[in-house]
Amino acid sequence: MQREQVASFSISHLRFLDEHGNTTQDLPEFAKDPDTLLYLYRTMSLTRAADAKAVNLQRTGRMGTYPSSLGQEAISVAIGHAMRKEDVFCPYYREQGTMLQRGVKIEDIFNYWGGDERGSNFGDGTSEDFPISVPIASQCLHATGVATAFKLRKQPRVAVVSCGDGATSEGDFYEAINLAGAWNLPVVFVVNNNKWAISVPLSEQTAAQTIAQKAIAAGFDGEQVDGNDVIAMHHTLEQAIENARQGGGPTLIEALTYRMCDHTTADDASRYRPREEVDEHRKKCPLVRLYNYLLNQGLWDKEKENALQAECAEKVQAAVDAYLNTENQPLTSMVDYLYETWPASLADQRDALLQEQQALEEKGEAVHG
Amino acid sequence: MANNAITLVEAVTQALAYELNADPDTVVLGEDVGVNGGVFRATAGLQQRFGKDRVMDTPLAESMIAGASIGMAAQGLKPIAEIQFMGFIFPAVDQMITHAARMRNRTRGRLTCPMVMRAPFGGGIHAPEHHSESTEALLAHIPGLRVVIPSSPTLAYGLLLAAIRDPDPVIFLEPKRIYRLVKQEVPDNGEALPLDVCFQLREGTDITLVTWGASTHETLKVANTLAKQGVSAEVIDVATIKPLDMNTILQSVEKTGRCVIVHEACRSFGVGAEIAAQIAEKALTSLMAPVKRVTGYDTVMPYFKLEKHYLPSEAQILAGVQEVLEYA
Ligand SMILES: Cc1ncc(C[n+]2csc(CCOP(=O)(O)OP(=O)(O)O)c2C)c(N)n1
Ligand SMILES: [Mg+2]
Repeated sequence: MQREQVASFSISHLRFLDEHGNTTQDLPEFAKDPDTLLYLYRTMSLTRAADAKAVNLQRTGRMGTYPSSLGQEAISVAIGHAMRKEDVFCPYYREQGTMLQRGVKIEDIFNYWGGDERGSNFGDGTSEDFPISVPIASQCLHATGVATAFKLRKQPRVAVVSCGDGATSEGDFYEAINLAGAWNLPVVFVVNNNKWAISVPLSEQTAAQTIAQKAIAAGFDGEQVDGNDVIAMHHTLEQAIENARQGGGPTLIEALTYRMCDHTTADDASRYRPREEVDEHRKKCPLVRLYNYLLNQGLWDKEKENALQAECAEKVQAAVDAYLNTENQPLTSMVDYLYETWPASLADQRDALLQEQQALEEKGEAVHG
Repeated sequence: MANNAITLVEAVTQALAYELNADPDTVVLGEDVGVNGGVFRATAGLQQRFGKDRVMDTPLAESMIAGASIGMAAQGLKPIAEIQFMGFIFPAVDQMITHAARMRNRTRGRLTCPMVMRAPFGGGIHAPEHHSESTEALLAHIPGLRVVIPSSPTLAYGLLLAAIRDPDPVIFLEPKRIYRLVKQEVPDNGEALPLDVCFQLREGTDITLVTWGASTHETLKVANTLAKQGVSAEVIDVATIKPLDMNTILQSVEKTGRCVIVHEACRSFGVGAEIAAQIAEKALTSLMAPVKRVTGYDTVMPYFKLEKHYLPSEAQILAGVQEVLEYA
């Protein structure tokens, strides 16, 4: 029997910095500019500081359940740096590093996880970015819609969407990459492959050897990148985003990383994964790697590090103060944003909230507790 | 309290373990239900005890969980699927409406769908968006499904066993606010409680309070308060939302002449509306006052800083009761 081979594919992996911060090959042009690397390092450090504070606020009863981005900073910071302001981001919940570069304030993020809707009314009001999407993978479809609008209007803009490895099992993910391929949309998919979806390891999530190869089935390129190497991440993202901007269509970037923390503050990962595995991945930390590289290049030192840490702590503290001093929303905020105008036939419900608000104020009670 | 008393969530685990042991056709599946034992611990220890073939961690996909359960059920397995939070049930609802609910009817009984879909639901635990909603009315609207909501460890055990043994698809919604609120002694005797009937939680003569799920707790407290004021309130836990046992409710309303319905879900087009409509259709002449609903607002569930102002409070229930009692 003769069978003809009609198609063949391969998936590549990109890395420039190994886990000790040594270069594995010539660096791309942008990485030869110390300012760019220092910017990336500073932003990753701020992201981590804000993140640690959020966990601390939760532990001390001042915030709700919170999903830390510990260990994934290189991915989100690279996304933020590679995007242009006019592009649109559809985040999942571990992209604090991108959001902070796109006009979201640290206190917005605190407010959101602190149970206050205003955390998604971020930026200066001009942002077209989507809020965090809690239903896993649903945002992948929104990005294809945003990209369709760009394409129809012939605007040189790109939609970027991120999700986790587990998310790539959802129908919404497959439907989104399929549409992106079929319509050749200006959209970039970034999968944070942190090896776990809560307690389910990647090996039980999929039999596919890589997540990048899922793009092949959708008819476009998928690339695997060391997601803890911010240089590789930025390089790949910039190329994918510019390619999309030029009409070259979508790319899927599988960023290999590791969830160095519990799934959220409500989770206890020791129930399902060995301590040693976590310790092993700690050594691959994206910040340590870049720090070592900068140190070796003479671009960084202990003193600068201390100054940076102090600066981050100050910014984060200012955000904590802003967050804790945020005035409560009135109870009527429940109804006031649901429709452009609250329907007249439901006026009694708004009145009831108003009355309850007044009663609380008369009693001098805080609105929330 | 007896020292082998268990919580509602432990009663769920106990029922699952009982039936996994008793019926080799049962399987448990869902996200994080295996090694991790479920994010609320409802399946804790089950995979260890019954193995990976009976207690399966699935990939992250709700339509898959529902659709694959339908396939297993058609083959005579009895899948007990967990949806991690009710807020993520919607991709699965597609399969439940279009296939689970109508397989028996579509094939004139040749293929059936004896599956259970469990999901924790409701507010009050300071969770993020989509983790606190009560959308039981959406599900109750679907012909061919049963929707069951336990309000205590005893009911959780007995009703879950009944749901698993039922030959048709059952959606079993667990009020997570009361997962660990009270403990009861629940003998692990494999005895199911009946589906499709209401449970009278308290007998009374002056007013009927109808509720289900977590709201039964505030409602019972209000009944206690009323008792001290000399008002005898009857409290009915609907338990099976669909199909609705109106007989029990009508008998009570015919006795008391007054009725307040309490639910956490938003007001319009809810289960309360259905109950009130049937009372109007069948017991209007017994009523001494209009039926009153005390419910959540017609808004999306607010994020948790405001959630306690969304949930019906004891004060609001009491005010509703006073209004109905004072009606001329
Ligand atoms: C549709 C849907 N189902 C289930 C959940 C509950 N849930 C939240 S995060 C998560 C795991 C996500 O894993 P992954 O996509 O790998 O992202 P990671 O959290 O690892 O970054 C699950 C199951 C959800 N939010 N949405
Ligand atoms: Mg993951």
